Amino acid sequence: MADTNGGLIQGKTGPWEMVIGLEVHAQVIGESKLFSGAATAFGAAPNSQVSLVDAAMPGMLPVLNGHSVAQAVKTGLALNAKINLTSVFERKNYFYPDLPQGYQISQYLQPIVGEGTIELDLPDGSTKEVGIERLHMEQDAGKSLHDQHPTMTYIDLNRSGITLMEIVSKPDMGSAEEAAAYIAKLRSILRYLGTCDGNMEEGSLRCDVNLSMRRPGAALGTRTETKNVNSIRFVKLAIEYEARRQVQVLEDGGKVVQETRLFDADKGVTRAMRSKEEAHDYRYFPDPDLLPLVLDPDWVEDIRRGLPELPDARKARLVDDFALSPYDAGVLVAERETADFYEAVAKGRDAKLAANWLTGEVFGALNRSGMALAEAPVDAKKLGGLIDLIADGTISGRIAKEVFEAMWESGKPAAAIVADQGLEQISDTGAIEAIVAQVIADSPGQAEQFKSGNEKILGWFVGQVMKASQGKANPGLVNRILRDKLS
Amino acid sequence: MAPAASELTDLTIAGARAALAKGEMSARELTEAQIAAVEAARPLNAFITETPEKALMMAEASDARRRAGEVRPLEGIPLAIKDLFCTEGVPTTAGSHILDGFTPPYESSVTAKLWESGAVMLGKTNLDEFAMGSSNMTSYFGAVESPWRRPGDDRPLVPGGSSGGSAAAVAARCAPGAIGTDTGGSIRQPAAFCGIVGMKPTYGRCSRWGVVAFASSLDQPGPLTRTVRDAAILLGAMAGHDPKDSTSVDTPVPDYEAALGGDARGLKIGIPREYRLDGTPPEIEALWRQGIEWLKHAGAEIRDISLPHTSYALPAYYIIAPAEASSNLARYDGVRYGLRVPGADLTEMYENTRGQGFGAEVKRRVLIGTYVLSAGYYDAYYNKARRVRSLILRDFTDAFEEVDAILTPTAPSEAFAVGEKMDDPIAMYLNDVFTVPASLAGLPGISVPAGLSASGLPLGLQLIGRAFDEETVLKVAGVLEEAAGFDAKPQFVAGGR
Repeated sequence: MADTNGGLIQGKTGPWEMVIGLEVHAQVIGESKLFSGAATAFGAAPNSQVSLVDAAMPGMLPVLNGHSVAQAVKTGLALNAKINLTSVFERKNYFYPDLPQGYQISQYLQPIVGEGTIELDLPDGSTKEVGIERLHMEQDAGKSLHDQHPTMTYIDLNRSGITLMEIVSKPDMGSAEEAAAYIAKLRSILRYLGTCDGNMEEGSLRCDVNLSMRRPGAALGTRTETKNVNSIRFVKLAIEYEARRQVQVLEDGGKVVQETRLFDADKGVTRAMRSKEEAHDYRYFPDPDLLPLVLDPDWVEDIRRGLPELPDARKARLVDDFALSPYDAGVLVAERETADFYEAVAKGRDAKLAANWLTGEVFGALNRSGMALAEAPVDAKKLGGLIDLIADGTISGRIAKEVFEAMWESGKPAAAIVADQGLEQISDTGAIEAIVAQVIADSPGQAEQFKSGNEKILGWFVGQVMKASQGKANPGLVNRILRDKLS
Repeated sequence: MAPAASELTDLTIAGARAALAKGEMSARELTEAQIAAVEAARPLNAFITETPEKALMMAEASDARRRAGEVRPLEGIPLAIKDLFCTEGVPTTAGSHILDGFTPPYESSVTAKLWESGAVMLGKTNLDEFAMGSSNMTSYFGAVESPWRRPGDDRPLVPGGSSGGSAAAVAARCAPGAIGTDTGGSIRQPAAFCGIVGMKPTYGRCSRWGVVAFASSLDQPGPLTRTVRDAAILLGAMAGHDPKDSTSVDTPVPDYEAALGGDARGLKIGIPREYRLDGTPPEIEALWRQGIEWLKHAGAEIRDISLPHTSYALPAYYIIAPAEASSNLARYDGVRYGLRVPGADLTEMYENTRGQGFGAEVKRRVLIGTYVLSAGYYDAYYNKARRVRSLILRDFTDAFEEVDAILTPTAPSEAFAVGEKMDDPIAMYLNDVFTVPASLAGLPGISVPAGLSASGLPLGLQLIGRAFDEETVLKVAGVLEEAAGFDAKPQFVAGGR
């Protein structure tokens, strides 16, 4: 099998290039569904959030939810996209038990949002612009439950009719990493906007991968669409698997079949679902129950003015205000809560130190505890207090890590823990000199080695002094005094 | 002394309203007479579901309101409801087997307005399956017979369709009024066949919420009555904006009754030359000319007009309506309600359910609709039909620059015999040739009984008006009605004579 390397795949017959486009379905945050008043909460009892419209009872009619429209426009604006002041809802016709109407109301020829762009933050600190083809609104389907009965399928319509935004990228990505960065960035923007919670586990963000292979720079090859890829990790796995599969087909002299494939997360493979020949003819036509959606340009402008600061702008500001590297800034702004936390800590403090503490200790503790930042026992104010104690020399960086652990356990402020446990740094020259003198006196052999030019032994002396001071001695002072006394 | 039952069932809505107001009878008495008439008319098969207990309960509630001094516009008036309107707690069939056992937990907006106006429900009337037909012969619950017969000819006749049960019920005096729906002529054509008044309001005037959909861009509820005044009264109670129907229009509902009366002076009436079709029976042509004379005599100015795209209306209609129907009827899949015929797997369950649940005409239209929307044919059929539709609307818009209403025959023939034309769908579709253009343009139209054919069957004239100008349509219809003086009664009148 071929190896992937930065998007290029080295096959038996030479290099191949991936061409990736993504279709993301994002569930819109809102109290009610796209065309009905039913609630949208996740995890409710089956069929407890179903209106007559959602169940497609005879004679029921859709009524467009204005909030959903505002959310789509907001998202379009954040993607630097053209807002189409006239858009049309169409019916996408197919039979499935969890599609009560026998059609999905979607937008087809005239979506609400046209072309836009999104800037990816890549792991090497560089950025790349990816085009957005379109964003349209549509109804989600219900859920088929196949594991409730030995021979029957159960249907839960709670999800039926919830607003989805389908966001389609241009085929501008060339590697699994770029695809991952695309989803991460899109998710980040949606969460900043509050238009989608981005929760891939609960299915509020779902991804289909369009992928084709070509010789570098050659014309586009035949693509496949892989559905049901529901985490960033799976997106990478699906792309890598599918790219290798296509290369193998091509190098064996075969042709890639244009088809819909399904990602099997358990096995990490993609499997053919249906080919183009069996593809549905969806018979799209304008939904006669709904008038064309016409937006007032002033209303769109109001939404534009009300947009929050978005990740790219915030990243630029953090680089400017706090002299952070673009990479660090990118990490910090990915989640709005993290950036808020960071700014609260960094304001008036050592910005780099604040970044290191947040991405190092706080993220580490969150990972270990499985908590979200909002639930962290050490909030921004407390972390700021700890950093202040480091900055004014009250405690050393090493002690600070112990204090942080204690803060995480107890929720107490740093100063209280330091005072209670007597962890203040010893910066009294006399006291340190006394300890140094004692350590040198106890280790004449090592002192001799230093004098004869073994500089490395100094580290050992520092360790001994710190140990003797229970870690509280100011390391800078210890170094200086040791050099004085040893030479 | 209380009037005889046949006198009660002969009352118009306006007449009953007056008699109730004067205390000459109670709503209960009127309702009892109508219930008896519904029972007596069972041979016509006009009703799918009779609701006598509900009717009596509603009538008593109405009498109680009247005693309390609260009188609503349709207080105590018994009505028949086409079984396409969902009625809470009362089975709703759409004339189809596929809705087997379906009882809606909700009430359509239009019927809810009627009940709020004090009306009384007698039952649900028969119809062509999913309102697809012009004869009422496609109903799963059997054909409706017209109360009319050709004198000396015992063959049962069709009442027209799809609101055939409603039209037959009103003509046979089972009810003073009924409501129906009109997609391509489904109120106007049966009204013409049964010698009564039937009105299709402007698309968007009456809510479609809770009406089983046939073709969403065309379906429109409307009244069937024995007089123009009654149509005005009933329409007033049905019309109005409904936020639950996005295609319903938020425009004030005028007092339609107030539009009636007077002559036609100052009104310009258009006579479209394209409605003179080869093969139209001479007596229908003659009746049309008679209608022109009546209006001229009443002071109207008659203008010859052209609606150049008329000949394309019927083919466009029979693309657009089935296209929408094919999608609207997808929800009848055996999964959630109505008929389910099990199968070995999901596909077989769908096939069995829809195969057995739908009748031949519904299947034909679902097939046509699916075909015209399918990839590769969409532009040639559906898109072209939509373009034709906008040209037809433009024809009318141009014409209404010149005239206030348009006069045409309602149907190209008198009622035909039960069983006729069933093997020739095209001949059946031609019944809608005069009614379909106004449907495609969304305009209000009314059929007024204007005379009898040589064989003694009613014939109707149609008036078409500007969008949301039902007032002019009703006013001119009133003039026609008065001039025609149509007072023939069908051979079958419930409760006898």
